[in-house]
Amino acid sequence: MGALAVLAARGGEPAPAAARLLDAPATLVPLLPEGGLRRGSTVAIGAGSASGAVSLALSLLAPASAGGAWCAAVALPDLGLVAAAEMGVALERLALIPRPGDQWPVIVAALLESVDIVVLRPPTRVRAGDARRLTARARERGAVLMVMDGAGAYGRWPEGADVRLEVTASVWTGLGSGHGHLQSREVEVAGSGRRGASRARSARVQLPAASPGGSPYGPPAGSPAGSPAGSVRGQPKPDSEMDPALAARAG
Amino acid sequence: MPGVRTLVAWYPDWPVVAAGHPPERPVAVVSANRVVACSPEARAEGVVQGLRRREAQGRCPELLVVQADPSRDLRAWEPAVMAVEALTPMVEVVRAGMLALATRGPSRYYGGDRALAGLMAQAIDTAVAASGVRGSGTLIGVADGRFAAELAARAVSARPAASGAAADAPVCVVPPGASATWLAPLPVTALDRPELTGLWARLGLRTLGEVAALDQRAVLARFGTEGADAHRLARGLDERPPAARVPPPDLAVSAVLDPPAERVDTVAFVARTLAEELHGRLAALGLACTRLAVEAETEHGEHLQRLWRHDGALTAGAVAERVRWQLDGWLRSQGDAGGTSGGLSLLRLRPDEIRPDHGRQLGFWGGSAQGDARVARALARVQGLLGPDGVVTAVIGGGRDPAEQVRLVPWGDERVQGRPAAWTPVSASRASAPPVSATPASASRASTARASASPASTARASASPASATRASTARASASRASAGTGRPARAPVELPPWPGRLPGPAPAVVHHPALPAEVRDREGNVVGVTGRGELSGAPATVTIAGAPVLEVKAWAGPWPIEERWWDDKGRRRARLQVVLSDGCARLLSREGGRWGVDATYD
Repeated sequence: MGALAVLAARGGEPAPAAARLLDAPATLVPLLPEGGLRRGSTVAIGAGSASGAVSLALSLLAPASAGGAWCAAVALPDLGLVAAAEMGVALERLALIPRPGDQWPVIVAALLESVDIVVLRPPTRVRAGDARRLTARARERGAVLMVMDGAGAYGRWPEGADVRLEVTASVWTGLGSGHGHLQSREVEVAGSGRRGASRARSARVQLPAASPGGSPYGPPAGSPAGSPAGSVRGQPKPDSEMDPALAARAG
Repeated sequence: MPGVRTLVAWYPDWPVVAAGHPPERPVAVVSANRVVACSPEARAEGVVQGLRRREAQGRCPELLVVQADPSRDLRAWEPAVMAVEALTPMVEVVRAGMLALATRGPSRYYGGDRALAGLMAQAIDTAVAASGVRGSGTLIGVADGRFAAELAARAVSARPAASGAAADAPVCVVPPGASATWLAPLPVTALDRPELTGLWARLGLRTLGEVAALDQRAVLARFGTEGADAHRLARGLDERPPAARVPPPDLAVSAVLDPPAERVDTVAFVARTLAEELHGRLAALGLACTRLAVEAETEHGEHLQRLWRHDGALTAGAVAERVRWQLDGWLRSQGDAGGTSGGLSLLRLRPDEIRPDHGRQLGFWGGSAQGDARVARALARVQGLLGPDGVVTAVIGGGRDPAEQVRLVPWGDERVQGRPAAWTPVSASRASAPPVSATPASASRASTARASASPASTARASASPASATRASTARASASRASAGTGRPARAPVELPPWPGRLPGPAPAVVHHPALPAEVRDREGNVVGVTGRGELSGAPATVTIAGAPVLEVKAWAGPWPIEERWWDDKGRRRARLQVVLSDGCARLLSREGGRWGVDATYD
């Protein structure tokens, strides 16, 4: 979906079904009830039993951001922005509000007015009323509210999310005992949620995705090359992307 | 072509006059122990400019010595400038005590050079007298070119006042076109270029007329630009035309709120009117405001100010909106630190940065589209709540650590890299470059990259210089591609390659400051890094910020880095990548004998 569709979605006319969806990475599409990030929905990224929640959020953001959507990250002061750029998030369209303070519900509400995707890690305890209001605001304005749930010290998002994604397992490759360097990671993402997403599913994803050239640096701007190109349900990844040291030991 | 007809008003001994001491007493103004100005009485006692303070006091024991203060002089001169500006615009202040103006228009308006000069002398003397200082009075010279006019003004003082021109008009007017003739008998020292005129005097050129008779090209060849300039002056030409001082337009608009306003909408209503007034003023002058200061005062005398920057021009509506958000922030935080304690009694909008309005072309597709404007408005609103630094965007630049590469720019400011780097994610050649990993084979290529690097990017990355290698291979493949097609490659801008940068992927969470950590080996000893960049033992356990001990599953490193070893900003550190027993990979670094978690690959 390009800028046209984004504009059309803002135009107030009844938009076709595709315009109500923001692009999602191909590997995560099976986990999303409508095959993309539906405008107006709330997505919760759970802490899960393994690390990788932040990378998961960034990879969800990337295709839409590369397609012209505006994003904002609220209360994520330690977000790795080089990683975000590597995954394909357009930094010039990513607004950062690292320290919103106690006013974060006001700020998130203001952002939901016009920003397409707002990523939020609640910095204080979430009141049920605030959560409900923000969810409703997102639905009304056609924005996506992505909550990093349980990642802070303040517990869960009290309102049920439309989609809930969690990383349940993660394995790094490339690092040996004293040699190599971190190269790629395969994570298992479990999805659940209301309505169409109520059936629990899972997918295996490369996070960060191996880009076509094998170089995680410099994803071409404006193309979805930065989207995770991993495999669904445990397809073996190509040998060329394995660490040569590991390959040598395996062979 | 003769110089521009110019009037110079000169107030003799202005630093003495501005110091405010009575002219009856000998006074000298000194700066850096040298006399820079003195009163006529002191001059009569033998005090001259450039004399040492001691010597001046020796020659004239009752001498009153005042320290020089250029700002005092200019301050005292300002009423005179304003008095002249009331008569004619385009006044150029040469220095404190002297101003120049082009006479063409004013002379015709006031009825001739002499009438204009008399009027000026009267206006300046009145203004000076009104500001409470006393002096000998203004001298006016009118001639072609500022240099001749200044000398004409000085010539008035050289002439005995009683016998010369009428006492009420201390004026010397050189007829138009006669400046060169008038200047000819004057000594070359009048040029006020001691080195040059000293040389000329020794060469036998004693008057300006003798200098003016020389060939212009010969003067330029022998005495250079300075000589040529002096030659121009001696011929009665202008060194440069007087630059106009346009009175700065008073653009600020303000409104007094009585009774003081407690509610945002009350003030916002006033703000809207003010914004429209300001916009009207700016538009009338063809200006656009790129930075606006919103100032408010509360009934208790608190002064609040915030600057708003906008990359495009601020329209009346945009200004009103910003003021409203700003007031929202101020009045809402009432009672808190930084808030207000009472209602607002004054609101002022002051354009802080203005530029000529060239209009603005919006993009048709993408670029500055309607949606972007909406986002910009929402973000500006958040900035109203949190301050301009509350909303930032990131720009990726050069650096070796994930944190170093990022520069956060307040929203609306120009996105400029913190350090130069060839990071910009484009280049098809890079995408087609072969995957590079830290294999021993790449080490030699890395070393060539290191050898060609500037000192600024010297890093001693031993084990995994993958990024440097990548840069060099990208260049190599680019040159290969151009060799294949036979097209000349466009010369790339040489940007520092930042060798020693960690290979990707980058960590998704960057801690600043780094979390304190402890790294121990099998025996429980803290792992250290030797001066040669080797670990004292294989890391086995890691404790992060007092949390339970985690076992090291896999690790690599250390990758030492020595930056800016040539100055006091130098940093030495060694980095380590580990995968711990919680399944999470982390980037550790040791600096100054302490381990820290720089980043988490979350």
